[in-house]
Amino acid sequence: MSALLEVRDLRTVFPGEGGPTPVVDGVSFDLDRGEVLALVGESGSGKSMTAFSILRLVPKPGRVVAGSVRLGGEDLLGLSVTAMRRVRGRRISMIFQEPMTCLNPVVRVGEQVVEAIRLHEDVSRADARDRTRALFAEVGIPDPEARLDAYPHQLSGGLKQRVMIAMALSTRPEMLIADEPTTALDVTVQAQILTLLRELQQSRGTAILLITHDLGIVNELADRVAVMYAGRLVEIAPRVPLLTEPLHPYTQGLLRSMPARGRPGEPLPEIPGVVPRASEWPRGCRFSTRCPVRFEPCAETYPAESHPAAGRRVFCHDVERRLPSEGAR
Amino acid sequence: MSGLDPYVWSNLVTVALVVGGLALARFVRGQRLWREASVELWRRRRVAIVVVGVYLVIALLDSIAWKGGVPEGTVGVLPNAPLTVVDRLFLDTKEASYSAPLADVEFYGGRPLRRPGTHLLGTDILGRDVLYMSLKGARVALLIGGLTSLIAIPIALFFGVGAGYFGGRFDDFVFFLISTLASMPGILLLIALIMVMGRGTLSVCVALAVTGWVGFRRLSRAETLKLRELDYVVAARALGVSEPRIIWRHVLPNLAHLIVITFVLMFSGLVLSEAVLSWLGIGVDGSWGQMIDGARDELSREPIVWWNIGAAGTALFGLILAVNAVGDAVRDVLDPRTLRAGE
Repeated sequence: MSALLEVRDLRTVFPGEGGPTPVVDGVSFDLDRGEVLALVGESGSGKSMTAFSILRLVPKPGRVVAGSVRLGGEDLLGLSVTAMRRVRGRRISMIFQEPMTCLNPVVRVGEQVVEAIRLHEDVSRADARDRTRALFAEVGIPDPEARLDAYPHQLSGGLKQRVMIAMALSTRPEMLIADEPTTALDVTVQAQILTLLRELQQSRGTAILLITHDLGIVNELADRVAVMYAGRLVEIAPRVPLLTEPLHPYTQGLLRSMPARGRPGEPLPEIPGVVPRASEWPRGCRFSTRCPVRFEPCAETYPAESHPAAGRRVFCHDVERRLPSEGAR
Repeated sequence: MSGLDPYVWSNLVTVALVVGGLALARFVRGQRLWREASVELWRRRRVAIVVVGVYLVIALLDSIAWKGGVPEGTVGVLPNAPLTVVDRLFLDTKEASYSAPLADVEFYGGRPLRRPGTHLLGTDILGRDVLYMSLKGARVALLIGGLTSLIAIPIALFFGVGAGYFGGRFDDFVFFLISTLASMPGILLLIALIMVMGRGTLSVCVALAVTGWVGFRRLSRAETLKLRELDYVVAARALGVSEPRIIWRHVLPNLAHLIVITFVLMFSGLVLSEAVLSWLGIGVDGSWGQMIDGARDELSREPIVWWNIGAAGTALFGLILAVNAVGDAVRDVLDPRTLRAGE
């Protein structure tokens, strides 16, 4: 069976001083039904823009210029505006980083979920309200009946995120994009929300594209992990091998700099330098300016895809060099 | 429909306004945000609200009219004309000429008055009771302020929210429109519009609205630019909500406080503008502006006839002051920036 979502060579650009600047550059990955794929990277690596490109919600003046996004075999980039609107919310939902500002402050939260349901399905207001109450219970909102009539400012951040999740799941989408769903929450609430997402994903079989920069969350939730750097995918692998034996030097650097791995009293290892601006990207591997193992071709040519193991893809000259048998295989 | 007399329409509109006002009050009571704001408003500006209320009641009493019930031969009343409650309170008070407040004889010439000692604020050159005229002006003033806002605010919202939300060509077009409007002297444009449409309450209101929507448009455009980028609008888009619906559900309700503030602040300015138009001779019949305009000549008489302009000026001043005081408090109560943190 083919994957639920197939992203191929996706390229999204913003106009810049020196011509169009790609923020997502040739990204390809699959998302299977019921799978959790984590998209990891620093700020500005293009992970959120990848998500917005999938939904065709790239803020102006940016636009998707190349590639394809297939959902169940249907190319989303070729759909009409109306057809695309029916995909959003109905087949792919999204939850955001800031539950504080994602709900309309002047409308009761129950009403907002009711509207989301009625937007995509022809059900009566009373039925939609019943479903909302059930959804609120499902996402673990205590006393759902009373919360239906609450305004967003009367709810805590965790409760608001639960409302957002209820809203996103209200139409039983096949896929959920979670853009840093726990970044704005307390640590204890973070754990609760992650558990909730895991439970919902298992009970409903919803595929999740999880966007995060927190490798702890990746470990908690993801089946597979895709690492992005400067608009490019650098490594994609199942969770365990990626976290235990990362191949790309950038992934290795990320893992080394996790506070949980540091030793008390010793400075945390960091990746030297900063992400270069789009105008200063090298012609070759984008990470070559900061890479500890860079050599001759790195700055000049972009590394080809190598397959060090089943289900693993890496873009790195060094990995290529160390896998001489690959071409013969 | 066309068979109905204008006064019947006026009655229907009045009833509709009262019903609408009661419905609005019900809505405000139901919404915690608005209810708290109105309680706070009442706490801060009790006197001003009562004053505005008095003007409103007078205007309403001057809007309900019916025919008949007038003894034959009453001076100053056409037979079978519809009369309002206020008209009926001042039935048969017409004199031949000027009378000073509470005087027994005419101001010039000293002939005995028909109704000596009853004209609290005197009479004007045509012998009309000045208190009566002043009370009748309340309806005209509220009509001008209300009707003009009702025309101007939707225009401003349409162009402001549209330009702010969609940007691009539409924004450019609206900016062009406003530049064109701004390149014409406002008062000349007003006069021209009224000349074209003919004099009358409606055309004065339309003219004032056409020249007066620009300020609120700028405000609503700026606010929409801000709202458009907010997370819940982006979230709504990600849920597949259509653009018109986003505007209706997510943008307009969040502009509501600005609409209320603008309405109240605009109101007093419009009433004053009408006075200016009256002074230029193109105002609305029966307005305080016309009373003031008519009193201009009287100021040059010897001895001066002062009560006419005094009454109209005081009535105008009282309404403007009260509305401004309320408007100021409305802004304080509704503008989130002035609310205490943590509420």
